[in-house]
Amino acid sequence: MMQAFDNIYFFGTCLIDLLYPQAGLSAIELISARGVNVIYPKKQSCCGQPAFNSGYRSQALAVARHQLACFPKDIPIIVPSGSCAAMMKHQWPELFAGEEDEQQAILIAARIFELSEFLVDVLQVKLKDLGPPIKIAIHSSCSARREMGVADKIESLIAQLSNVQVLEQQYKKECCGFGGTFSLKHSDISAAMVNDKSHAISSTGAELLISQDCGCLMNIGGALEKQKKPQTIMHFAQFINERCNESNQ
Amino acid sequence: MNQTSEFLQRIELALNNDQIRNNFRSAMDGLMSKRRDQFADIDELAALRTQDNLIRVNALLKLPDLLEQLEQQLTNNGIVVHWAENADQANQITLNILNSKNAKNIVKGKSMVSEEIAMNHYLEKAGLCVTESDLGEFIIQLAKETPSHIVMPAVHKNRREIAQLLHEHFPQYPYTEDVDELTGIARQIMRERFEQADAGISGVNFMVAETGTLCLVENEGNGRMCTSVPPLHIAITGIEKVVEKLSDIPPLLSMLPRSATGQKITTYFNMINSPRKTGEKDGPEEVHLILLDNGRSSIHQQQDFFETLLCIRCGACMNHCPVYVRIGGHAYGSVYPGPIGTIVEPQLQGLDKIGTLTSACTMCGACAEVCPVKIPLPKLINRLRAEAVGGISQTLQRKAPLKKKEGMAYLAILAMVISTLVGLSAISIFGHTITLFNPQLFR
Ligand code: SF4
Repeated sequence: MMQAFDNIYFFGTCLIDLLYPQAGLSAIELISARGVNVIYPKKQSCCGQPAFNSGYRSQALAVARHQLACFPKDIPIIVPSGSCAAMMKHQWPELFAGEEDEQQAILIAARIFELSEFLVDVLQVKLKDLGPPIKIAIHSSCSARREMGVADKIESLIAQLSNVQVLEQQYKKECCGFGGTFSLKHSDISAAMVNDKSHAISSTGAELLISQDCGCLMNIGGALEKQKKPQTIMHFAQFINERCNESNQ
Repeated sequence: MNQTSEFLQRIELALNNDQIRNNFRSAMDGLMSKRRDQFADIDELAALRTQDNLIRVNALLKLPDLLEQLEQQLTNNGIVVHWAENADQANQITLNILNSKNAKNIVKGKSMVSEEIAMNHYLEKAGLCVTESDLGEFIIQLAKETPSHIVMPAVHKNRREIAQLLHEHFPQYPYTEDVDELTGIARQIMRERFEQADAGISGVNFMVAETGTLCLVENEGNGRMCTSVPPLHIAITGIEKVVEKLSDIPPLLSMLPRSATGQKITTYFNMINSPRKTGEKDGPEEVHLILLDNGRSSIHQQQDFFETLLCIRCGACMNHCPVYVRIGGHAYGSVYPGPIGTIVEPQLQGLDKIGTLTSACTMCGACAEVCPVKIPLPKLINRLRAEAVGGISQTLQRKAPLKKKEGMAYLAILAMVISTLVGLSAISIFGHTITLFNPQLFR
């Protein structure tokens, strides 16, 4: 297989850093196992999305600006989250418009890849399923689906896993109701949405839910737990890595 | 109570009402799947969306010119054009026209702009009898409610509620919950109202500047009755509804019903060019068009927001909105609900009054994905949030794209001053005919 890049940057995202570190480590393993050197700039923090989505643009700008210096080399930046990837790729140009470092932000934005997108389109990974049979459901985040347009990538990765059966939940394309600060400002609507979502997922009979985004996973996982449903959640990188990594078996 | 706690209260009410939630869910599911069936060919959909976006962008970029041309053509065709700067003026103009003909019984076709200016209320207060002829509008008129959806105003009501409502108001008809029988009863009631009507009022879906044509899309035929049976027809619409050429209509018409109700085409499509001509057997003797601004020209001048005006009011954004489907239209507490309402209302009424609507969005993008004219709704909602918290400074005062528009505004003011002095309602300056908003005000 032709290797397009020897080195890539990895942007860990807040939720992975704080709550789901295993997802990030798995993603790094998945990439480095393909002979690509993963650079993790230690000074990185947040893409600025929570502030941006609430309208606080100057605060978002200050946070986002900190990231610019983390990615100096002209190599891809891999983001294991559809929503952070979308923020950096599609919102940064608007956020930085008219700023001194606008050009730099635009150049960085152009180098952003969502993880599943990078694995499928650039690394063209071939997966060998070593895990036991399992039934799962997949939830693509709205930003992965609509802003990044990469919802098919996670599906095609999982389709390579011979022992994994994907069950389709009702209203699969509908938002889970997280929406960052939306879930705080409109906790009632958010709860109504995520209850419908978790109900749809558990009714499929799937054992596990995977996604590209930890925000959705946290939201849906919380609802499943509250409803005492047996389903668990996992970031797709961890799921794939655990099933396909020989040292894990 | 402030706007946010009021909004939260309405949301709680809606979420706790299972019937409302079920009515909306099943109605929106139906609409979404019908729309999906219409656009099986995604390449065709993509091409049409681009084409319709360009048609609307072109119209907005030339808005002042097109409005002038439209007025000229309509006038040539014998349709009287009025300009209303705000709701009050529009209502006043309507009432004046009706009074001039001594019209007492009015039939109305469906018009969201008339809802925007609360026209029924105004006319009824003046002692007129107004009947909504669109079945959905008729139902909510009986229930003394407002529309909960811009295309299907009574979508929050189920069959039984409608049956009870009709029976309550028209006990002379036998109680029934059969849809066909219910429609039959409404039809009989309507026929009588049409016979008695002194005037018909309607909205407009598209206006063609090139030919001076008013286009109306509808399914029941009652809109056509309103515009052709009574001797007087008053159409009212927002200034943004104009398009440049007649050839702009087919691509828009191909998208509007498919996006709205999943129909390939509506049962009726009306193109109104003039009042009844000598020798013609039907049609009103007089046709008026009221062009409402009500904040639209100020939206138009803001580069960051002018895409708001691309809207063709198909309702697809609310049909696909996961928030709207759960809380329904009334929870928004505004005339326009759902994603389009969330961007329109704060711009029309002010963020201080109703900016809280912008919080009820997860930024999921389902609306923008289906919008036939490609309005970036989440982006505009986000932009309004920034405006609301003062989070934007550098982009706020970008210059308006329309130099001509500013020029027009200046000329309009100049014309107003001159006409106040000389008592004219329209005046020509440097080759531009400037028609004033409401000449009555200056007398
Ligand atoms: S914003 Fe788009 S989808 Fe919503 S009503 Fe307007 S045209 Fe239709």
